[in-house]
Amino acid sequence: MKKSIAGGSGGAAGIATTLPRAGASSPGRMTRWLESERLLATLLLAPALLLLGLFIAYPFVMGVWLSLSNTSVGNIGEFVWFRNFVKAWNDSIFRTAFGNTFFYTFWATIFKLALGMWLALLLNRSFRGKRVVRAAMLLPFIVPTVLSTFAWRWMFDPTFSVLNWLLYQTGFITTKLPFLSDGTYGMWCAIVVNTWRGMPFFAITLLAGLQTISPDLQEAASLDGANGWHRFWHVTWPLLKPVTVVVVVFSIIQTFSDFQLIYVLTGGGPANATHLLATYAYQIGIATGLLGEGAAISLFMLPVLFIVVWLQLRYLRRLEGA
Amino acid sequence: MKTPEPDGHGVVSGVTRRRFIAGSAAVGIAATGIEGILAARRAPAFAQGTRLNILRWVDFIPACDVELKRQAVDASKALGAEVVFEFINANDLQARITAAIQSASGPDVIMMLHNWAHLYQNSLVDVTDLGEWQGKDQGAYYSQAEAAAKDGKRWLALPHGIVGLQFAYRKSWFDEVGQTSWPKTLDELRQVGMKLKKKGKPIGQTLGHTFGDAPAWSYPLVWGFGGAEVDKTGKKVVLNSKETIESVKFMQAYWKDACDEGGFAWDDTSNNRAFLSGEIAATLNGASIYIAAKRGQDKIKDDKGEAMVKDILHGPIPNGPAGTWGYHVAFAHAVMKYGKNPKLAKDFLKWLHGKEQFGKWFQVAEGFSVGSTKYWEQHPLWNTIDEPMKGYRQAAAASRMIGYAGPPSARATEVYSKYILTDMYAKACQGTKAEDAVTWAAGELGKTYG
Repeated sequence: MKKSIAGGSGGAAGIATTLPRAGASSPGRMTRWLESERLLATLLLAPALLLLGLFIAYPFVMGVWLSLSNTSVGNIGEFVWFRNFVKAWNDSIFRTAFGNTFFYTFWATIFKLALGMWLALLLNRSFRGKRVVRAAMLLPFIVPTVLSTFAWRWMFDPTFSVLNWLLYQTGFITTKLPFLSDGTYGMWCAIVVNTWRGMPFFAITLLAGLQTISPDLQEAASLDGANGWHRFWHVTWPLLKPVTVVVVVFSIIQTFSDFQLIYVLTGGGPANATHLLATYAYQIGIATGLLGEGAAISLFMLPVLFIVVWLQLRYLRRLEGA
Repeated sequence: MKTPEPDGHGVVSGVTRRRFIAGSAAVGIAATGIEGILAARRAPAFAQGTRLNILRWVDFIPACDVELKRQAVDASKALGAEVVFEFINANDLQARITAAIQSASGPDVIMMLHNWAHLYQNSLVDVTDLGEWQGKDQGAYYSQAEAAAKDGKRWLALPHGIVGLQFAYRKSWFDEVGQTSWPKTLDELRQVGMKLKKKGKPIGQTLGHTFGDAPAWSYPLVWGFGGAEVDKTGKKVVLNSKETIESVKFMQAYWKDACDEGGFAWDDTSNNRAFLSGEIAATLNGASIYIAAKRGQDKIKDDKGEAMVKDILHGPIPNGPAGTWGYHVAFAHAVMKYGKNPKLAKDFLKWLHGKEQFGKWFQVAEGFSVGSTKYWEQHPLWNTIDEPMKGYRQAAAASRMIGYAGPPSARATEVYSKYILTDMYAKACQGTKAEDAVTWAAGELGKTYG
């Protein structure tokens, strides 16, 4: 049967196309392949799968294998089961690094969330030069971490700290503060730098979330007599919660596995007091060449991050369902 | 034997003229080695178009790196290969080495500090021929240069230089507190340091995770009190001893009384900056402080406006109860197994370490780096060098190697790379009891040597 399909608005003006009769002539193999949705999907997915396999699956599998072997630099290792994990767990520096990682992640995330939210609420208002301020706010996020951390390191320098100089000149201190030469100070300095660097990510994402909230809701709440705090707590916050949860998950993952900042700022010192799992894994695996042990230390991050992500995604799903 | 018949184009059956010449050249080069290449003043055919990458630290004497770059041009001409130096922060070298070995790609020759060659020995080309040649050519090796690069009879890397470490101190400030000569004992050093710290000019010492100045103090301090990491067999950890505990107790007092407590976070450059800006009175270091003060004497002044260099003297680590040993950092060049041109790399090393080239570099180093053999103690440089620099001439002779009292080993390198001895002192200076800090360190050594 021949069917004519008219194109355009009028049959006369349209282009008449004649479809081939089913079974009249079998299309070529190439044509069939090209029209196959399954094949097309596979082709389109292949590059992504290849990249994922090459840059995520392979290193991950390799890391798991290394952690179960006694591979060291230049030496192919043997399978040693969980010996590296047991050794790490019995290592006092590892335990310090493990505790530090939680402490660092917890406080840095809290500060980034609180300050990021505050900044987002401020930037959501209309004021002169809003665009400039928004752009400037992103600077810590844009500048490469290594460079900005070097600048912070100079500011915290044990001998030439500009902060110590400033505090001394203004009469706040009489002796230098041991910013990086004391373990506790060093850890808080790292948290400050991490907060400074990560806050814009929170602010800009939360700002995007804020802008999706209809001003009518705020207006209605105002008319009902809600003050600023009530409007935030009962209107803004519930609507912003899903975005916040996503940002917090991302931030926890990034902070928990942070390397660059500590490596440049303190190198894990003094006396291992600021080592995180990533920096300690680097010192053991890369600097000392004990690749198996280094891989085991870094894999300790995996279950922790997995649980965090699972809990938060579960919470998010519950929010969506509600 | 059947003689091949030439065809009409000068080609004998199966052998072209080009192939014959290349073959002859290869045989000639193999027979004559680097001497042949240099005598011919032409690059060998096999090296043309190839590139040789050498990875080294960023030298504390920038002119040394400039000299090496200049020599790279000469080497490129002599060897017919492009010789390229890359200089990176010494604290990043080990990471680069690990990455290069594991990926089997990277620089053809890498500088090895301390006894790193033992840690990476399975990935290094045997350079015994070069090691023996240099020993014969330039006299006996200093013991730590040999221990750092030789495993039994096999040379793992070719010793290049040694950076001697002594205390640089401000003579006038020492005079002001009544110390007119360099302290002879560690206790004297603490006493004078105490007076200086009260005047706001403490002694500077790093206890941070940094490659040179930290181990150059922490290892000799153990030795000076009679302690050791392991016994002579290198199998039994003996660190947890009365002697080591005494050294830690000394360090706790010395740190509190005499040192700049910012040193916990110092790297190898921090004490140089602190000294040159007049913040500290003394620090254990290579000669780079003196050399920098001399080269920058127009800008680097003391508190009276005079060139600071005139006020700088050097002294060795003072005696502990068991005597004194320095830890002078040995440097060597290793040829990497993954490299595509090991022969070329070895030829290059023979060229670079030869008396002519090394002599030029040694001259530029002005005593900061000395030779790995005693031959260089006789260099004319020592006759003209400034008086305060003369102590470096034989400084390298009084050195032990990390991992004492055991034989050189990769395990000693592991202990060094984890900064265990430095952290032992750092922990104690931050409040841990001396006995507990030593127990911790001995436990860590036990895990490595066990």
